Amino acid sequence: MAEATDPVTQTALLTTADGRPLKTALAEAQAKARRRAFLLVVPLILFVIMTFLIPIGYMLKRSFEHDGFASSAPAMVAWFAANPDFDPTNPPEEAYAALVSDLARMQVEKTTGMAGTRINYSVPGTISLFKGGARAAKNLTPPFKEALLAVDAEWGRPALWRGMQSASHVYTAEFYLVASDRKLTDDGWARGGDKERIYLYLFFKTFLISGIITFLCLLLAFPVAHLLATLPMAKSSLLMIFVLLPFWTSLLVRTTSWIALLQEQGVANDLLVALGLITEEGRLTMMYNMTGTIVAMTHVLLPFMILPLYSVMKVIPPSYARAARSLGATSWTTFRRVYLPQTLPGIAAGSLLVFILAVGYYITPALVGGADGQLISNLISFHMSKSNWSLAAAIAAMLLASILLLYWLYDRLVGIDRLKFG
Amino acid sequence: MKKLLALSTALTVVGFAARAEVVVMSWGGAYGEAQTEAHVKPWSAASGIAATMVDSDNPAPAVKAMVEAGNVTVDVASLEYADAIRLCDEGMLEPIDVASLPAGADGTPAADDFLAGAVTECGVSTDIWSNVFAFDSSKITGTVPTTAADFFDLEKFPGKRGLKKGAKAVLEFALMADGVPAAEVYNVLNTPEGVDRAFAKLDTIKSDVVWWEAGAQAPQLLADGEVTMTTAYNGRIFAAAINEGKPFQIVWDGQVYENEMYAIPKGAPNKDAALEFIKYATSTEGLRAQAQHISYGPARKSALKEELIFKDGKTVMAPHLPTAPENMGNALETSSDFWVDHDAELNERFQAWLAQ
Amino acid sequence: MALPTYASPLERIWYYTYIVICVLVFLFLIAPILIVIPLSFNAEPYFTFTPKMLAFDPAGYGLRWYDALLTLGHPNADAVRDGAWWTTVWERSTWVQAAKNSFWVGLWATILATTLGTIAALGLSRPEMPYRRLIMALMISPMIVPIIIIAVGMSFFYAKACVAPDSAWFSVFGMFLSEKGCLANSHLGVIVAHAVLGIPFVIITVTATLSGFDQSLIRAAHSLGANPRTTFFKVIMPLILPGVISGALFAFVTSFDEVVAVLFIAGPDQQTIPRQMFNGIREAISPAILAVATILVVISVMLLATVELLRRRSDRLRGVTGR
Repeated sequence: MAEATDPVTQTALLTTADGRPLKTALAEAQAKARRRAFLLVVPLILFVIMTFLIPIGYMLKRSFEHDGFASSAPAMVAWFAANPDFDPTNPPEEAYAALVSDLARMQVEKTTGMAGTRINYSVPGTISLFKGGARAAKNLTPPFKEALLAVDAEWGRPALWRGMQSASHVYTAEFYLVASDRKLTDDGWARGGDKERIYLYLFFKTFLISGIITFLCLLLAFPVAHLLATLPMAKSSLLMIFVLLPFWTSLLVRTTSWIALLQEQGVANDLLVALGLITEEGRLTMMYNMTGTIVAMTHVLLPFMILPLYSVMKVIPPSYARAARSLGATSWTTFRRVYLPQTLPGIAAGSLLVFILAVGYYITPALVGGADGQLISNLISFHMSKSNWSLAAAIAAMLLASILLLYWLYDRLVGIDRLKFG
Repeated sequence: MKKLLALSTALTVVGFAARAEVVVMSWGGAYGEAQTEAHVKPWSAASGIAATMVDSDNPAPAVKAMVEAGNVTVDVASLEYADAIRLCDEGMLEPIDVASLPAGADGTPAADDFLAGAVTECGVSTDIWSNVFAFDSSKITGTVPTTAADFFDLEKFPGKRGLKKGAKAVLEFALMADGVPAAEVYNVLNTPEGVDRAFAKLDTIKSDVVWWEAGAQAPQLLADGEVTMTTAYNGRIFAAAINEGKPFQIVWDGQVYENEMYAIPKGAPNKDAALEFIKYATSTEGLRAQAQHISYGPARKSALKEELIFKDGKTVMAPHLPTAPENMGNALETSSDFWVDHDAELNERFQAWLAQ
Repeated sequence: MALPTYASPLERIWYYTYIVICVLVFLFLIAPILIVIPLSFNAEPYFTFTPKMLAFDPAGYGLRWYDALLTLGHPNADAVRDGAWWTTVWERSTWVQAAKNSFWVGLWATILATTLGTIAALGLSRPEMPYRRLIMALMISPMIVPIIIIAVGMSFFYAKACVAPDSAWFSVFGMFLSEKGCLANSHLGVIVAHAVLGIPFVIITVTATLSGFDQSLIRAAHSLGANPRTTFFKVIMPLILPGVISGALFAFVTSFDEVVAVLFIAGPDQQTIPRQMFNGIREAISPAILAVATILVVISVMLLATVELLRRRSDRLRGVTGR
């Protein structure tokens, strides 16, 4: 404002009717318009922050946080803080003294279970160790090292001491280590055994299955989208109902239908038996396994592929293909060199959307996946049901990171504002 | 503020379902129904306090989540034995004094009347239930399975198998089928080789297994013909066989049994009423009443003195209970000590094994 | 797409194959949805067509499973069906309670999502909107981020999101919150969660409607002396209303179909239809589930028809021809 009334600069500039420089007035008007537009969005932004971003923030915090041991063993926390470089293979007497005093305290405060559960995440079998130790702690006399080891020799395990040291911090990256198939051994964190590795394998499997589903959707959606885009409006509107009805139908209804269709005593098997294609004993297992998951999820996600493909194909002028044909191209060449490249934006949009949605799918694999058709989401739910919340949150955070990467890619390649239904 | 109040009165007309007083959380299906009929309804009628039953896949994690969040909406939960002990250790359950429990119908003090281990620091047994396996006798004719080993014998008894999707009781069952005597099972399972051995036994049928999670699923799989044999909670099979007349037969060999515990979550909204409920439900009469609805054994000696008759008025319960001597030939009680320590580890291993 | 007259025999074969493929895909899309309808009228407790049904024997069909929807949870299911019996159905029957909860939760979630979403969409579609792309990305993300992650986060946060039971807030929102005044296990918690999940749909449909909106209409209204309020209600609103209603229907359906968040954050009082179905499918998959499924299919057909009519009307109003 001070600038605008400055007589020196004022003279050289175009001014508005009330004497202000035009440039400033315009900038002000635009700023005002921007503010007004922004104000309209503010309530929703606040709502989304409160109910969406903050919960996710809580989850991220949870994936780093567990105070089960840190809050119930103050003497150990203090000792570990003072001696960060101790030798886990042979902790000194003071460490044992701190441990015994904490165990006695846990017995009084009834926190053995909390502490034991926390350590049990990285060193299995410690809950009853803590219980036994806490029960005995009151009557132990120095030297505590010998006394405690006499209660249970397990107390001398280096892995246990490493576990307690790690658990003495409220915030830890330990759950991410577990979620990447690391195990705490006597020598520190190492890759888990072949029979125990699951998380990275399941991530890989989830991406693989999502890839297969995306490919199947593309394969099925392409001809249909093309047909819808090239038919006359009246007919295509009618056929569009076939695409939109599944879209509007409850996911649980569709999953139920697939169970009715594909289970061993279901419609499809009955039909095959009736047609004599398979015997009564040879009924196919198409449900409660990977096949069930893939078939049902392809069905559920197919509309998300057809709609973007359709909206791109609809605006491709047919004259290009005709021109190619008239110039002597075969129909295959026309398709490959002229038509297909023009549909690429639709393919990218549909594939990315389907892939993103498939990676995080939960309901369908949970209901029809059986044992080998489970995806990473189901493992998150499994750990939630086992009350291992920090680990569940860590796996969820890893999944979230990969989804956000794909989302960013989608925005760069397709643009979020191109998303449409019907 | 005035506006908000007006709004709130306007909103009261929306009519969401009303809240009940004492909330009991259990496992649903035939089991939840038995507890509703034998405990919730009669107690509510006798005490005049409204009570309701809610179903859960497993009440233990629900209780833990509620207590940790300080948002407890359940007053009584029906928990597996190991969960009742673990949650008690974690300070998530209210302690229950055994002396406060009613004496048996014959006057025996509660502490002596209950079977060993049936009352713990925070829980009181409502019954003894068992993991058994069952088959459809209209489908398997001629030679019928009689041992745990038969469950794993795909040549003698071809067809799909139903198994609980979880490590507990399944690993023990596999070891017993593999010839480990009941008394040795936990010693074997405590070693890495023993765990490998259990999984190796499961490997022999893995591709033919249909996994179930909720207790009601097992008899359903059998009824639908999706499997020829399935492990199940014995009461569910009993219910299907007696109530619905299904031709299901239980094989008791290799059964894995344990106490089911009523417990009060810490911070339960109606703690005192909840304790009264438990006293009522675990009295001699309460336990007998439940056993008249489902074939789980009462954990009081006084409750077993007189013959138990099923609610249909004719079926004698004794041979259907896991604790019947003729069913105990090769039986194992789950070790809460073992599962408290190894639940997380072995279930993780189990998940890894499933996904492979 | 008709076959051009110059097509070679090979192309003709390919063309008919292509038609057959399309028919099969349409069948794949629609058959699983339609199959539940006849199955739900099964008189037997089976999940497949019985021989009687295939022979079109009327005895093979029946309303048994629709009846089961009324009687589940009914204390005197076998009593005479008088007025009192039906009142009990309305007040106690498990599926009816679930339907009521689903309806009210869906309604409030829709109102919340549509109001906030429409206002925001008006801002987002203004050319001068700053950080448009970023904000748009944020608003759409509840649709992209896997629901299990949102549900896990909410289950952690909602347990801590409480008001003191003696505060003024509790007296206002108490009946929507849990007994401890928390969002967890409360109706408000579910409503808010469903509103967030519905917002992307409202934003997408309303911005799509506004994209064809002629901004000069606003200037015309202003120049003819209308104030912003009149402009909004007389010019903008009638034009974008079809989009708003479509968005609202999308939001309602999202809520009406949502189960994961309910499983993680709701208590026993918030039993909704999808949750009841989820439990039903996992435990004992009885044909009663198919009866619910059929009812839901009929509802979706009606909603789809409404949205289609609205879109055509909107296109006509905005002068857009064709799809």
